[in-house]
Amino acid sequence: MMEITEGSHAVAEAVRLCRPQVVSAYPITPQTHIVEALADFVANGKLDAEYITVENELSALSACVGASAAGSRAYSATTSQGLMLMAEVVFNAAGMRLPIVMSIANRAMGAPLSIWNDMQDSISLRDAGWLHFYAEDNQEATDLHFLAFKVAEDPSVQLPVFVCFDGFILSHTYEPVDILTQEQADTFLPAFAPAEKLDAKDPISFGMYATPEYYLEFRYETNEAQKRAKDAIVKYGKEFGALFGRDYSAMIEEYRLDDADTAIVAMGSMCGTIKDAIDEMREEGKKVGLLRIRVFRPFPIEEVAKALAHVKRIAVLDKNVSLGSRGGATAIEVRDALYGSTIPVKGYILGLGGRDIRKKDIKEIVSLCEKGIGDQFYGLRKELI
Amino acid sequence: MKELRIHGRGGQGSVTAAELIAVAAFEGGAYAQAFPAFGVERRGAPVQAFVRFDNKKIRKRSQVYEPDYIIVQDSTLIKDVNVFLGVKPGGIVIVNTEKKPDFKVPEGVRLITIDATSIALKALGLPITNTTLMGAFAAASGEIQFGALENALKHRFPGELAVKNIAAAKTAYDSVKGAA
Repeated sequence: MMEITEGSHAVAEAVRLCRPQVVSAYPITPQTHIVEALADFVANGKLDAEYITVENELSALSACVGASAAGSRAYSATTSQGLMLMAEVVFNAAGMRLPIVMSIANRAMGAPLSIWNDMQDSISLRDAGWLHFYAEDNQEATDLHFLAFKVAEDPSVQLPVFVCFDGFILSHTYEPVDILTQEQADTFLPAFAPAEKLDAKDPISFGMYATPEYYLEFRYETNEAQKRAKDAIVKYGKEFGALFGRDYSAMIEEYRLDDADTAIVAMGSMCGTIKDAIDEMREEGKKVGLLRIRVFRPFPIEEVAKALAHVKRIAVLDKNVSLGSRGGATAIEVRDALYGSTIPVKGYILGLGGRDIRKKDIKEIVSLCEKGIGDQFYGLRKELI
Repeated sequence: MKELRIHGRGGQGSVTAAELIAVAAFEGGAYAQAFPAFGVERRGAPVQAFVRFDNKKIRKRSQVYEPDYIIVQDSTLIKDVNVFLGVKPGGIVIVNTEKKPDFKVPEGVRLITIDATSIALKALGLPITNTTLMGAFAAASGEIQFGALENALKHRFPGELAVKNIAAAKTAYDSVKGAA
């Protein structure tokens, strides 16, 4: 049913409907409202789960690892510094092939301390083996949790998932969201049936010591599972669409891209503002389109290359930066996807630490791209440098 | 699309006001979006919150720079913050003050002053003016119906507190309607 509510609350409702058996998290701005709501649900009997309160994020994800290995559907949520405190367990969860789902209310990394939004946190852990989903609005932030558990738990995948949405910009925004009923959620997402689990009667091990004769194959297998996740996303994204009318089978979204001369590539909530800017530029006669990346891991290399094959130039907008490289993570991926092509790709780092992104910024970036100017931090306050 | 910017100080309930106005607009059949200016929340510090109204899905995520409506919860902000910045011609500015205005709003903008602090003190026993100003906003803008505002307040506040806040909002609503 459509209701108007805060993004964090909509996400918490979705998580409740996914029936996690174990929730363990530590509050951190701007994610706190999610775990507060889940703690309330458990305390009030609205969610039949074990809510494990812990002393920090390292313990939160560790508790989820134990719970998941023992065969429970496990969930956590965090952001920024909290995610970094979890980092070693983030790698372990993927290496152990545990289908944990974690919400990331994206936030900048310190120092300097910033509670505001960018995507440096989750992007910095892109090599850990988790799937990465990025939402444009709160409807998607909500729906992607159902898809995340379904894909994560598929026997061909068995990988954990980050469901990422912009901190504050989505987490603290009230807007209409269609939240599934429990019956609908149960139709799409049945109970977790793990292929392997810790059982005292039939002992096995997760995350064992791997000598050089074995380790390489573990990383290979995890990468193969990432590749198979594409098929699972297509399959279950389509199933979700057939049931509820919102199809998430595509890992990318194309907006007015068919006949575009200039393609913008971006992720997350800024894509809404970009679409409005594109409509205005189109009215002014500029053929601009958007390629939005919803699934960053596995990266949709073929889909991106195909969707961009016809354009004259590409502006990639990143709310993160790989310091010491040519730019942001998305630009690096897009260049890789287009390797061998002669289409110029320009990267723009923007919106870091909560700097607002306006339609006029998008238009200015398109103008810069047309002039071949790019691979830069956009919107720098020159007086501060 | 219409846009509202609320200026207040931390603790005056500007974010709550934005949320409840969006809830009331949604009940009236509009698409609405409400969000705070993501500052460092401290009691007394200048804060902003925003609402957008449209008859179709709102995709834009930037802050509000050219509002159709402005609510100023605390007139002492006017000397510190350019609260009227960017207001559209034909726009409406609602300022909580008990004094005659010693400030000017831009040309072509309608100014409504209301002594929301006195109304709130009388109805709630507290100088928390957000719900009072929501009543004034409903009357001045027509973006939300008073009935929908009443429902939003009932849903947010328990029993007696809801009744008191509705009374405060109604006093302001009637006062602005009467003056129009």
